[in-house]
Amino acid sequence: MRFTLNIWRQKGPNEAGRFVRYEASDVSPGMSFLEMLDAVNQKLLVAGEEPVAFEQDCREGICGSCSLVIDGIPHGPDRGITTCQLYMRRFPDGASITIEPWRARAFPIIKDLVVDRSALDRVMQAGGYISVNTGGAVDGNVLLIGKDRAETSMDAASCIGCGACVAACKNASAMLFVAAKVSHLALLPQGEPERTRRVSAMIEAMDREGFGSCGNQYECEAVCPKSISVRFIATLNREYLRAGIVESALSSESESPHAESV
Amino acid sequence: MITKLDSKIPSGPLETKWDRHRFSEKLVSPSNKRKLTIIVVGTGLAGASAASTLGQLGYQVECFCFHDSPRRAHSIAAQGGINAAKNYQDDGDSVGRLFYDTIKGGDFRSREANVYRLAQISTQIIDQCVALGIPFAREYGGQLANRSFGGVQVSRTFYCRGQTGQQLLLGAYSALCWQIERGQVTMRPRTEMLDLIVVDGQARGIVVRDLVTGRLSVHMAYAVVLATGGYSNVYYLSTNANGSNVTATYRAWKQGAAFANPCFTQIHPTAIPPGDVYQAKLTLMSESLRNDGRLWVPKLPADTRSPHDISEGERDYFLERRYPRFGNLAPRDIASRAVKAVCDEGRGVGPNGHGVYLDFAGVIEQQGFDVVRERYGNLFEMYHRITGEDAYRAPMRIYPAPHYTMGGLWVDYNLMSTIPGLFVIGEANFADHGANRLGASSLMQGLADGYFILPYTIGHYLATAKLPPVAEDHAQASAALHRVTSRITRLLDAKGGRTAASFHRDVGRLLWNHCGMSRDEAGLKLALASIPALRDAFWREVVVPGSGDAFNQELEYAGRVADYLEFAELLCHDALHRQESCGAHFREEHQTGDGEPTRDDSRFAHVAAWEYREGTIPILHKEPLAFEFVQPTTRSYQ
Ligand SMILES: Cc1cc2nc3c(=O)[nH]c(=O)nc-3n(C[C@H](O)[C@H](O)[C@H](O)COP(=O)(O)OP(=O)(O)OC[C@H]3O[C@@H](n4cnc5c(N)ncnc54)[C@H](O)[C@@H]3O)c2cc1C
Ligand code: FES
Repeated sequence: MRFTLNIWRQKGPNEAGRFVRYEASDVSPGMSFLEMLDAVNQKLLVAGEEPVAFEQDCREGICGSCSLVIDGIPHGPDRGITTCQLYMRRFPDGASITIEPWRARAFPIIKDLVVDRSALDRVMQAGGYISVNTGGAVDGNVLLIGKDRAETSMDAASCIGCGACVAACKNASAMLFVAAKVSHLALLPQGEPERTRRVSAMIEAMDREGFGSCGNQYECEAVCPKSISVRFIATLNREYLRAGIVESALSSESESPHAESV
Repeated sequence: MITKLDSKIPSGPLETKWDRHRFSEKLVSPSNKRKLTIIVVGTGLAGASAASTLGQLGYQVECFCFHDSPRRAHSIAAQGGINAAKNYQDDGDSVGRLFYDTIKGGDFRSREANVYRLAQISTQIIDQCVALGIPFAREYGGQLANRSFGGVQVSRTFYCRGQTGQQLLLGAYSALCWQIERGQVTMRPRTEMLDLIVVDGQARGIVVRDLVTGRLSVHMAYAVVLATGGYSNVYYLSTNANGSNVTATYRAWKQGAAFANPCFTQIHPTAIPPGDVYQAKLTLMSESLRNDGRLWVPKLPADTRSPHDISEGERDYFLERRYPRFGNLAPRDIASRAVKAVCDEGRGVGPNGHGVYLDFAGVIEQQGFDVVRERYGNLFEMYHRITGEDAYRAPMRIYPAPHYTMGGLWVDYNLMSTIPGLFVIGEANFADHGANRLGASSLMQGLADGYFILPYTIGHYLATAKLPPVAEDHAQASAALHRVTSRITRLLDAKGGRTAASFHRDVGRLLWNHCGMSRDEAGLKLALASIPALRDAFWREVVVPGSGDAFNQELEYAGRVADYLEFAELLCHDALHRQESCGAHFREEHQTGDGEPTRDDSRFAHVAAWEYREGTIPILHKEPLAFEFVQPTTRSYQ
């Protein structure tokens, strides 16, 4: 098979980028999309040119590294997979394919197709954890968790943090990512003590990092390689609302003794 | 120079060694911890659990990974599960049994004391992970679920669908996030360690390259922890993530840390067979498939008929035939070799005869399509996506693939290498799996090391060692920086016409052929004779475009390949010295009439720890393995 590729090339964060055309020939249908790009890069290298920079690691759809917008769709035309799980037999021989990086204000381009997604890490650092010390945990079976609840929590927890949801959203919102994280822990009894603080802190961090707001278009769910449901965005909204109520209740409680003393 | 390998194993009864040892360890006072910086390289299960726990204890931790986020470490890809001797199923499991299974699975080439400690800690790991919010599979009644996994007869494996590694890593990563937020851990992603700084015989720092800007810098500390994973990618194709590499441990070796049992490399039996030359990795098909799938090949060589046209009587269910007691569940090393044997006889199936069938027709007929889909649906889907074939209708084709490395930097009972102050945890060390690792036990070991062992033992070192402050411009730091700079310059200056990948493929093929699933003296000597020429060609002909002071993925990769081209020799030296067959190490010269391995305890019941020598072959040091509590037996699964 052969393909014409239009690939976004950009030397660095502050340089202008542009599309460059490459021909990919001798492609076999069993090659993965990234292997096809590897082959293009091997040829560029031998010709003394700089290869196209793109991100990858596990090549089996779990690490969340690979991140290409293929013909306008993050992770390409198929649902429920990552770029590295896409195979060339999926494309008609001779097709032209456009390849771009994730585009979002919160994800500045580093080089070519590589972007900086550390904003997602900072959102996690703001509260995406249960603060328990190592050691001294009670037996794992002390708190029973119903199978359905555990499975729903696992549905949310399967987010691989690739950022496709952000790349697909017109507002570059990270709602699905945050929703997945918040829901995963909110559904478990272990997440309960910090439930209120967690959601507020993560939403605040999300805004601070420059992610947009949710426009309820659900493009995120459509491109999510783990098919994480937008139902979790509803959960997130509920959690946020609940946090607001709990927080105001708590602050008025703590204010009252002070008020008395005045 | 290494004078003597002291494993520092506490004396006394096996069951209380760790408790007594912990009690005798010195502690660092809380006010002093604040003044002590510890470097942790790696954020997989081992690194993330260690860095977060050390931060929580009050140390200042500087943590590094080459990934763009700590959460992307290769641990994320582990599918099957994690073992623990909880005995929740009441099926006869116990700490003692997990200990025995692991020692035996490792073919009696690991330390009793380490393995026993691992089995003891296993139960705490599960509790810790549950507390961190890991959504383990549960029963309807709300209790934790288990499954059985490769080579054992009890159900002790905990799992999160097929994404156990991901969930455990996200748990450790979230703990790390908490410590980053608290300011206890400074996280430096996209930063690669390229050398170790040793001052007055103690590990005191590292040289790193910022992968975005290309800037080199020196980081000093009171101790250095390597949690940098395994080196299966030395074979070019493996089930590991592409970025996994040997650089950190190899560079530490060159600074004086002994490398133990490098030839103990695990070849996993069930991966999707290799395809064309551009194939970038081999995809693992979970071991759990062997719970229901049956392995077979045609009885006749070069039988190209479709599997459906080959009648029962013309099929050889070779694992069931050779190992009637364990059948298709025989341990990895044994299953892989059996696959190789039938392929060598010309009975392999698929392109190049590199494959055997893994057949589900029987279970589909007995238990129904839906049951199989519920159990393995995602794996069948993955197989379909990659090969374009439907495993519900025709058997899968599978072939062995490099998967895990039992070898690694030598460490004592405290997980400290032969360089004082250099600790090594997770897959990067050699400790607990002997000559073969059992399924679901690497996640267990990584978390045991990181959460529960290292945080204690490193404290004792810091409390007792003399550690004067050293400046970033110390002569040894400058020397290390100079080593790194000159290597980078050399790579960029070669300006040849061959890619690093082409050399990687060549060295990988050489190792796969001569130091892979089976080894013999002639092949190993051939490999040893060929590697230096390949390495010379690399430095003459490699092409690395761009510059060193910018984001340059090809430069990163070429540096790793350069290390493989040296490390490959060490692997072969070790395989050559070990004139016995044990676990994953199979020497053609040492087998019984019917192809079973023969171990030689009289000559090889030792850990082989190699010391680097510039310009000459490495020096072998032996740590004898004493078995006080179990009697090494012939490891039979027949
Ligand atoms: C496909 C697959 C499935 C598996 N399934 C299972 C399973 O079900 N159960 C099980 O027990 N085991 C399984 N394993 C094995 C297990 O996943 C690994 O052995 C384990 O996760 C290794 O963890 P680690 O923390 O030691 O290293 P890794 O997770 O490999 O982490 C290495 C870290 O070091 C960093 N690093 C490396 N070099 C450098 C450097 N020079 N500078 C800076 N940073 C560096 C990386 O960025 C990364 O953060 C599986 C392995 C594979 C390949
Ligand atoms: S490379 Fe890991 S998800 Fe694609």
